[in-house]
Amino acid sequence: MPARIPPLAITAYTATCAAARGLDALFEAVRERRGGLDENDLADHPLPCFIGRVDGLEEMPLPAAFAQHDARNNRLAWLGLNQDGFLDTARALRDRYGADRVALVLGTSTSSIGETETAYRHLDADGRFAPEQRRAVHQPHSLGLFVQDVLGLDGPCLSIATACSSSAKVFASAERLLRAGIVDAAIVGGVDTLCGSVLYGFNSLGLVAPQACRPFDIARCGLSLGEAAGFAILERAEGGNALVNKSTSCLVGYGESSDAHHMSAPHPQGLGAQLAIEDALARAGIGPADVDYINLHGTATPQNDAVEAALIARLFAATTLASSTKGWTGHTLGAAGIVEAALTLLALERGLVPGTLNLETPDPVCGPQIMIDNRERTIGVALSNSFGFGGNNCCLAFARAQAA
Amino acid sequence: MSIDVVIEGIGLWSPLLPGWKASQDVLNGRAEPVADAGARPAASLLAPAERRRAPDSVLLALEVAQQAAEMAAREGHTLRGVFASDHGDLSINDYLCATLAQAPEQLSPTKFHNSVHNAPAGYWTIATGCKAGTTALSAGDYTFAAGLFEAALLARSEDAPVLFAACDLPASGPLTDVVSCRTPFAVALVLSPRRDRGGAALRLAARARSPTLTLAPEPALLHAVCSDNPVARSLPLLVALARGERRALALQAGPRLYLELEVSPWSN
Repeated sequence: MPARIPPLAITAYTATCAAARGLDALFEAVRERRGGLDENDLADHPLPCFIGRVDGLEEMPLPAAFAQHDARNNRLAWLGLNQDGFLDTARALRDRYGADRVALVLGTSTSSIGETETAYRHLDADGRFAPEQRRAVHQPHSLGLFVQDVLGLDGPCLSIATACSSSAKVFASAERLLRAGIVDAAIVGGVDTLCGSVLYGFNSLGLVAPQACRPFDIARCGLSLGEAAGFAILERAEGGNALVNKSTSCLVGYGESSDAHHMSAPHPQGLGAQLAIEDALARAGIGPADVDYINLHGTATPQNDAVEAALIARLFAATTLASSTKGWTGHTLGAAGIVEAALTLLALERGLVPGTLNLETPDPVCGPQIMIDNRERTIGVALSNSFGFGGNNCCLAFARAQAA
Repeated sequence: MSIDVVIEGIGLWSPLLPGWKASQDVLNGRAEPVADAGARPAASLLAPAERRRAPDSVLLALEVAQQAAEMAAREGHTLRGVFASDHGDLSINDYLCATLAQAPEQLSPTKFHNSVHNAPAGYWTIATGCKAGTTALSAGDYTFAAGLFEAALLARSEDAPVLFAACDLPASGPLTDVVSCRTPFAVALVLSPRRDRGGAALRLAARARSPTLTLAPEPALLHAVCSDNPVARSLPLLVALARGERRALALQAGPRLYLELEVSPWSN
């Protein structure tokens, strides 16, 4: 088991998804049980299903200075950076520590492949890319390049792409950079957008629900894809500055593991997921009984939810609360880790624990932990689960600053 | 702030450099490289049926990973993994985008799950029974240096051996208009935080100012054929390792970030 890590202060964070732009709107959407899933109206991808689409991106080109990065994914990144004053906070962070002392670690599954799909739909008569498409956006690191350009950062910059665990694992990479003293702060985040690859790809695997997804319901029949952007700033908690001392939440642990089982199906007993959870608890120096809330991966696919519900019932006390928030956001793939981290932090800071939207009749495999309704409760420690294709698992542990 | 690790094992594969052991003389400058354009990595870790289904990115990454683990005399399942690639599997991207433009409903589910950037990591963990954490990353043109730094930091932070595998593949279809890569190239290193099993000591430091060292030149002949592949930026390090020299060199790790490396001769 890994050694305990010093907690990291989360000095800023933000999230934008189909349900809301920014933290206050997201909190209201949770409180009012107002989800962002709706019938698919993407003209280029007419698959009959529900999606969690962020409205208006089509009419939101990037500022001229960043026009070469234009792609739906980078537009959503820009929209996300402009919520909660995050862009100004991040630029002030660069000015305080120096451009080379701030790391940028971003997660994405599809990056701007949607723009590559567009280029393929509009090839010229010779089957070549049109001149306006000959840009650096056609690569997995497109997101990292864009945000690095926007923030003017010179430190380590990575795009982590481990499918649906991508923007959970960014916290682990950032923690290592901070613990080793390579940087003084890390900006982490994740952005993923709806595109043909994921809609028709998950459809080919028979995993897309025709209606809004119903996590952990006995009648669940698949996921609803969504899109989202989220960012957070991590700094060492010890000997911190005023912002650090003012921060109300900490990253206290994380666990990473592999299923070693199958490319697109979870381990039937959730062994890899269990290893990730145990690893996160060990780094936090806590046990299962200390966990007040778990934001579950809860995609609403028959297999994921059966395996995850059984695992939670096995590992945790009946008093631990657990829910999936994908009924609000849809499954935002490479952005799921950061958006669900933001929802978990909101629950810690504002004392309202989200239930599971669209869950009516829980699958009998669910233990008493899995909640339908929201609950007002002051909580101190919370986990967030993210599991991806390739059997790639990550669990994050957060605590309120005074509880860390 | 520097990081010290030991390189315990090396894997290499490109049509000109088909294996670390087989490429010593070429990297030493004692022999001319001979290109075998039809060569494919053996990736013998995979069962024959899986090998037929696996995309080229997986074959290439698993071939070098296996070479490095065998040289280090370490079981694959005991290694944490960092898999790096600028572009991932470009032939699958070409297939996905072309199919979506013509007949999206016919998209192959196998091609779709093989399209994730962490497909090589996934196949590796399945083939070796590895339950340790693995990651997959991209840093554009700087993917090799950025991935190497991430892997070395992971080895030090976790006090555990780490497999680092980097691989990029040729572009195909219309993507050749925006991606210059034309030659497959893959390299893997087993990095240990400890010296007890021997190997080549490696010190890494990331610096944002211009390096005091000049950027290492690549071997001219290899440079001519491999320069389009971001992973071939590893060549100066590979040459130093093949020659058993103590060398200091720098690789670009970002638009304004440099990775300074000091590599020592192999010791047992």
